[in-house]
Amino acid sequence: MTFTLAFRNLFHDRVRLGVTLVGILFSIVLVAVQLGLYLGARSMIISMIDRANGDLWVMAYGTKNFEEAQPINTRDRYAALSTPGVANAVPIVASFTDWRKPTGGSTLVVVIGTDNEDGGLSPWNVVEGDVTGLGARDAVMIDKTYLAELGVKKIGDTAEVGASRVRVSGLTEGIRSFTVTPYVFTTISRARTLIDMPPDKITYALVRLQPGADVETVRNAIQAKVPDSEVLTTAEFRTRSLNHWLFATGAGVALIGGAVLGLLVGTVIVAQTLYSSTKDHLNEFATLRALGSSSGYIHRVILMQAALSAVLGYVLGMSIAMAVVYLSENTALPIMMTPGLAALLLALTIGMCAISALSAIGKVMRIDPAMVFNR
Amino acid sequence: MIADTSSLAAEVRGNASLEEPANIVLEAQHITKELGRGAGKVRALKGVSLSLRAGELTLLMGPSGSGKTTLLSILGCILTPSEGRLAIAGHPTEGLSPEALAELRRQHIGFIFQSYNLFPTLTAEENVRVALDVRGKRGSEAVVAAQRALHRVGLRHKLKSYPANMSGGEQQRVAVARALAGSPSVMLADEPTAALDSENGLAVMQLLSEIAKDKSRAVLAVTHDPRTVPFANRVLRIEDGVIVGEERRTEGVETIHELARNRKRKANA
Repeated sequence: MTFTLAFRNLFHDRVRLGVTLVGILFSIVLVAVQLGLYLGARSMIISMIDRANGDLWVMAYGTKNFEEAQPINTRDRYAALSTPGVANAVPIVASFTDWRKPTGGSTLVVVIGTDNEDGGLSPWNVVEGDVTGLGARDAVMIDKTYLAELGVKKIGDTAEVGASRVRVSGLTEGIRSFTVTPYVFTTISRARTLIDMPPDKITYALVRLQPGADVETVRNAIQAKVPDSEVLTTAEFRTRSLNHWLFATGAGVALIGGAVLGLLVGTVIVAQTLYSSTKDHLNEFATLRALGSSSGYIHRVILMQAALSAVLGYVLGMSIAMAVVYLSENTALPIMMTPGLAALLLALTIGMCAISALSAIGKVMRIDPAMVFNR
Repeated sequence: MIADTSSLAAEVRGNASLEEPANIVLEAQHITKELGRGAGKVRALKGVSLSLRAGELTLLMGPSGSGKTTLLSILGCILTPSEGRLAIAGHPTEGLSPEALAELRRQHIGFIFQSYNLFPTLTAEENVRVALDVRGKRGSEAVVAAQRALHRVGLRHKLKSYPANMSGGEQQRVAVARALAGSPSVMLADEPTAALDSENGLAVMQLLSEIAKDKSRAVLAVTHDPRTVPFANRVLRIEDGVIVGEERRTEGVETIHELARNRKRKANA
């Protein structure tokens, strides 16, 4: 009967139920968008690091993120290669430079140079062309998302990077940058030309260990050989990049802050409507108390009302959130929705409604059951 | 018979030889209740003692402000007395927590309210089932018990009706069924006929007097309606927080039909 009572109390006043659901819906969509943006940003920030699939990264001291790194000497790569436990050390070049559109004007890009045969950071999710095609003259690969921004339309179109001509030889899908700066994949030698980097320089040496080698031991051994550079594990580099973009720049704080704000607004709206609903049904709760119901029984009715509101609001809110996710799919900053985030949102919604129910429970606990005689 | 409050408890005990002590399902001794604080403090009850016996319908009558409802609230374990002792079905209530008092109400007390206090969003059957649900009785057992209680009050045809679609008399009968469904030792009714017309009021009193014939249950109804007196076994009168009189009706309890017949006879004479 607690479910029936809660259900009927809730649906008795459709207008109030509508207000409650709009409050929850608004809150869920806001939180889903904010956290989805956070997840999307996080995924973009670490995509290169994760995709490279290395154990250790040798880089310029103090490098804050993948895109903004100073060059190091190729000697550092050889130092890593000569360290016991290292299977290989793949050179990677990455740097910002200008892309001059064939239609006029220019835009900033990140050129990533790596040789596919070295097992380096090759483009993935290739939808047109082939990675081996990067070996052709002037070949580069870009993501479909940035075609318009780069002023090209299809494979075979050309542009200029630095003082050199480049030709689009392949397209990827979903390789997007948090800085909204398009990635341009090419071979390491062509990348050096495009960004005007001397042949004795690289940006990273991506180290893969031999099976059974201890990461910390190898890291310390490499670090001893390259005192002017920094050796980070993949996890450390990932954390450092995330900390820089999400927290040092304040972008992540803004996203998380927006999500917290959404939760607060939702909690206040649900609390207000649950409280006024409880107030309207106060005499019924007093009657229940007079009939001998325990406090727990009454709490169950109110919490059931909150849970019903949460589930209904969640279903509606998630429907809208999924539509927003779908619409953002091909934008520069897509919103991500994962099963984990969906579960977290459900938990947050139920938690928000349970907290909202506290004010209503507090009101009921102050009922004088004798009011049933004074009506 | 007029009895002052101080001698009532002694009288109850003194009459134990006439009536089985086991029949006493509620006993209140020297109940005092102060309401309000400071200068606004009022002594609503001033040492009330009474007992309710199973198989009897007792009326508590008195003018407005005499303490009827306060006494009913205390006897129903909704209010606690400032002083005095109360025992329901042999269980003393002294020092019990609000939750323990709720448990006592759940196990032993059924309420009927002046304004029925039905849940407007529930059907008649569901209203009765709530009282059973509170007692932990659920499922088909509760449905059968609720329907049986509603049959007993003559509402077999209104099981699925909502309070808004029932007359006042029908609503009060649902309230009686709700109180009855829990098989309480004591049924307490607060002005059960006040919101009803004469015909429905007498029908509800008839119902209460039949329920009171159960040898395991006592019924106490607070009322100021003199038309209810013929249905009672006993009438207690309260004024200014003091029981000022007790009348045991020797001529017997009338049924609604006898009542109508007697009235007609008097009118013809």
